Amino acid sequence: MAEFARSEPQELPVGPVGRSGPGWWGVAMLIASEAALFSYLLFSYYYTGASALPGWLLEPAPKMIPTLPNTLLLLASSVVAWYGEKGVEKGDRTQALVGIGGAFVMGFIFAGVQCWEWAKKTYGMGTTSYGSLYFTTTGFHMAHVIVGLVILAALFFWVLDDYFSPRRRISVSAGILYWHFVDVVWLFVFTTYYLTPYLGFAK
Amino acid sequence: MRQAVFRRPEIGDDNEMLRARLHAIWETAPGLKGWLGTVDHKEIGIRYIITAFVLLALGGIEALVIRLQLAGPDLHLLTPEQYNEFFSTHGMTMIFLYASPILSGFSNYLWPLLLGSRDMAFPRMNAFSYWVFLGSAIFLYSGFLVGAGPNDGWFNYVPFAEKDYNPGFNQDFYSLGMIFLGISTTVGAANFIVTAFKTRAPGMSINRIPIMIWGTLTASAANLVVVPAVSLAFFLLWMDRQFGTDFFQPAGGGQPLLWQHLFWIFGHPWVYAIVLPAMGMVSDGLPVFCRRPLVGHSLVALATVSVMILGFGVWVHHMFATGLPGLSLSFFSGASIIITFPSAVTVFAWIATIWLGRPVITTAFLYFASMILLFVIGGVSGFMTASVPVDWQLTDTYFVVAHIHYVLIGINVFPVVGATYFWFPKMTGKLMDERLGRWGFWTMFAGFNIGFLPMHLTGLLGMPRRIWTYPAGMGWSTLNLVTTLGSFLFAVGILIFFFNVIKSLRSGAPAGANPWGGSSLEWSVSSPPPPYNFAVIPTVASRHPLWEEALDESVARTSLTRGMTLDQGKEALHTSPMDAEPERIVATPEDNVAPFLLTVAMMVLFYGMLLKLWIVIGLGGLGCFAALLMWLWPRRNLLERAPPDRKEPVHG
Ligand code: HEM
Ligand SMILES: [Cu+2]
Repeated sequence: MAEFARSEPQELPVGPVGRSGPGWWGVAMLIASEAALFSYLLFSYYYTGASALPGWLLEPAPKMIPTLPNTLLLLASSVVAWYGEKGVEKGDRTQALVGIGGAFVMGFIFAGVQCWEWAKKTYGMGTTSYGSLYFTTTGFHMAHVIVGLVILAALFFWVLDDYFSPRRRISVSAGILYWHFVDVVWLFVFTTYYLTPYLGFAK
Repeated sequence: MRQAVFRRPEIGDDNEMLRARLHAIWETAPGLKGWLGTVDHKEIGIRYIITAFVLLALGGIEALVIRLQLAGPDLHLLTPEQYNEFFSTHGMTMIFLYASPILSGFSNYLWPLLLGSRDMAFPRMNAFSYWVFLGSAIFLYSGFLVGAGPNDGWFNYVPFAEKDYNPGFNQDFYSLGMIFLGISTTVGAANFIVTAFKTRAPGMSINRIPIMIWGTLTASAANLVVVPAVSLAFFLLWMDRQFGTDFFQPAGGGQPLLWQHLFWIFGHPWVYAIVLPAMGMVSDGLPVFCRRPLVGHSLVALATVSVMILGFGVWVHHMFATGLPGLSLSFFSGASIIITFPSAVTVFAWIATIWLGRPVITTAFLYFASMILLFVIGGVSGFMTASVPVDWQLTDTYFVVAHIHYVLIGINVFPVVGATYFWFPKMTGKLMDERLGRWGFWTMFAGFNIGFLPMHLTGLLGMPRRIWTYPAGMGWSTLNLVTTLGSFLFAVGILIFFFNVIKSLRSGAPAGANPWGGSSLEWSVSSPPPPYNFAVIPTVASRHPLWEEALDESVARTSLTRGMTLDQGKEALHTSPMDAEPERIVATPEDNVAPFLLTVAMMVLFYGMLLKLWIVIGLGGLGCFAALLMWLWPRRNLLERAPPDRKEPVHG
């Protein structure tokens, strides 16, 4: 290694190039910590449910309509966002705007459906510990969706304003990574609250 | 500004012209803007250290009041309610506002210097973590000022902490303040992890990094994943108290034990988070005075990591008395005892280093060496409480209080004071007074043992912890008096230390770059270091860059005077995670007030939540949003967005 100080060094990238750079690492750390947060939330559900008396589940058969299609919509939005990121990567502004804007619209619909579902529930946050857990966990997720939507909106306007180039686009990659995270976490929330009752958990 | 996408870094010699140029680029602006906006890790580190020491003094005063109350039987200095607040605030202050932040302070100051880099990976996040720490300390203490400090112990068990039993604002200050503080810890941890993996000087491969880096790195990895557990616990509690949810309320199908799980999933690894970095300080400082490298460097690094990994799995040993199933008790008891093995590796490495070296007995050495003894005593009593039947006898007695303090004071306070003696010359350019240092050390050491050793006995004699007074004739009175006298002596020792700091700051002898003959990179720069740390990025060829002549460890030599100059703006180097091969030239952010503004907005938000004033919450939220936008706005000078003409010259 020390010979390196004497010889001519390699050419190095200057600043974040493509998706790699400090910002991407920072978001990865944020995600690790947020993922831990969600796992403690789900742990709370399983722990409380496992030691609860029968009848704890206020919804032994959670309705799949509209949640299942809504879940698929959210997952699809990840693909659309990825398509937008590719657009920035290729320098294709239309593709970028369609992708990022599309993901925003899909995420927005997801949030709307979720709110409608909340409103229809026959129980509330203070009904029992099940209600508390359900609303807090989905509420936490909703907060992340909203943050994700703000990020997507910001990216949309920045792309519209021609901020990025195929090389200088770290903000796009970091933002889209966050959106993927929001979507993947929902899969775990969905499995926990909507599928495990069918698998016989906490009957 | 047009900047190349790829560039061959210029290689140059360390000279006056280069230094002058770097100085102009890196210096913090004068005045309020520089003061609120600085992102210099050294400035931030020192602020952290000073703030944490102030909080140590506050927590110490609380402890002395507690000890006065307990000095004899049937005393009425405090009411029971006040006693609850005092010991809860004492525990909270010491654990959350002193022990952890002080280590972050040292790490913030030292890391880039140890790693041969110009700053942390995320300088603005670094400033942010300090401001949030300060903000949350103010938030937590503001509760105490209006007579609503935490009053259910720092562990804050439900159902006592629920509204039915505790209707005042006390727990709301504590809950929200802890969530606030958790943000600081998390941000800081993320920053340390990325800094450790990305900003090491070329050649500082993973097996060449100092143990102190290992200590803070593993602690940070733990913090990143366990702090959310306690933040969540406090959030759920706040919901229970303010919105009538039932997380911990049995009447609504909730689980009080869930609190304890979430709390100790965090709480146990946290013990290591406030100990491993301190052990790292000793592992790096002690060998300097022994005039030889640490024995078993790699083993100690490995032990550090394995202590942390095992530490994740043993939280239940704080819950032995809660009636959990026997099988799980055995498992967690066994796992807890296994942790003594890697800890012992470190202890033996220290002893061997002293044994095989030629120790120079300085004040710093005394503090570092005394940690070994105190660690062993704390380890033995920890071994005892990790064993289920013994724990059933000892739990909630003064034995546990003795154990806690041997661990926390012995292996956090002693090394930290030692580290101050050790690195003070680097930070200030002045040496501390050795004579006064010795007086301080022996006073502290004697006071500490006179105060806390008898507590083991008081505990074995059955005195419960967290009682505000006790009747005469229990056989506890003399022991308690001795403890109180000892703790005042200990406090005098701390005062001597503070006095020494202030005196040496004014009139200490000039230190020079390397007063102790240290081996790591921070001793190669002037004291105090220039704002840019290193004029040329060093190239590291061994574990002990400054001892290569003496040790003759490697064929190649570390290069400190010739290397990358990186002077085309505020630039730093990022290297690959394992081998530290140069990977990227990064543009480092200028001073920025967004972290400060964001913290202010967050304070508004948290006070709004405390008072449940939606308008204030809304304002705080909007403020946060604006500050975040200001912070994250993609900048051209950081190369986060395309140049105006979008045609970048590829080579420069
Ligand atoms: C002059 C120095 C100190 C004295 C005299 C002192 C004294 C005490 C006493 C008497 C208690 C027990 C209160 C009770 O249970 O009723 C206590 C609790 C505690 N102390 Fe200290 N302390 C000192 C310094 C420290 C330091 C430096 C730390 C940490 C770095 C610390 C951490 C704690 C904690 C965490 C508790 C709570 C224990 C529990 O869970 O009950 N103390 N202290
Ligand atoms: Cu523990």
